[in-house]
Amino acid sequence: MIITYALTFAIGCYCLGLLFNLWRIARGPTTADRILALDTMVINLIAILVLYGISRSTQIYYEAAMLVAMVGFVSTVAYSRFILRGDIIE
Amino acid sequence: MDLWIEILVAAFLVISGVFGLVGSFGLIKLRGTMQRLHAPTKATTLGVGGVLIASMIYFTFVRGGVSFHELLITLFLFLTAPITANFIAKSYLAKHVTPDTLPETKGEYGWAVYDDPPGGDTSQEPHLGKDR
Repeated sequence: MIITYALTFAIGCYCLGLLFNLWRIARGPTTADRILALDTMVINLIAILVLYGISRSTQIYYEAAMLVAMVGFVSTVAYSRFILRGDIIE
Repeated sequence: MDLWIEILVAAFLVISGVFGLVGSFGLIKLRGTMQRLHAPTKATTLGVGGVLIASMIYFTFVRGGVSFHELLITLFLFLTAPITANFIAKSYLAKHVTPDTLPETKGEYGWAVYDDPPGGDTSQEPHLGKDR
């Protein structure tokens, strides 16, 4: 019962964080801000997936969280590298 | 389930939620881009670590077996967060900061964003490359 309330609170926190990230993506003056906000969105999404797995009491969403973590890291590095050098793989 | 386990999991969940919210709020609150780099890469990563610890404790006591594989995500995130921050800072430096405003590097070479790596780049130009 306590866990249900704590889960609702945590999911609410991370969803609010996603909205903050969206604001920074729309507003962000530089490209680095937008890359950073997208990377933070991926991290928040991992947390939401794990929290949803706890609330459904299943471990299926663990693999999804792992995949999202890997794809998020690779896409962030690719985007920054494209900004940095004008090319991804030289 | 034991009451103390529930309280422990709930405490981890609340603490990690607050950390994640602080990290994302710092992204819109702080003023400069290089300041904004601090909030998500530290606070949000710690928040996700708290969520994964709560998940480990919960599934250990619900399923009865020890659940360790959440540590993989934690390890991966803690390894990749500094690399990501370094890349984002480099892309910001390359676009918005000129080299003459930065301090000297006290080393033999300049900042890696502006200078080519030592001894590396001659092989990319065909007329300067070594003969094979």
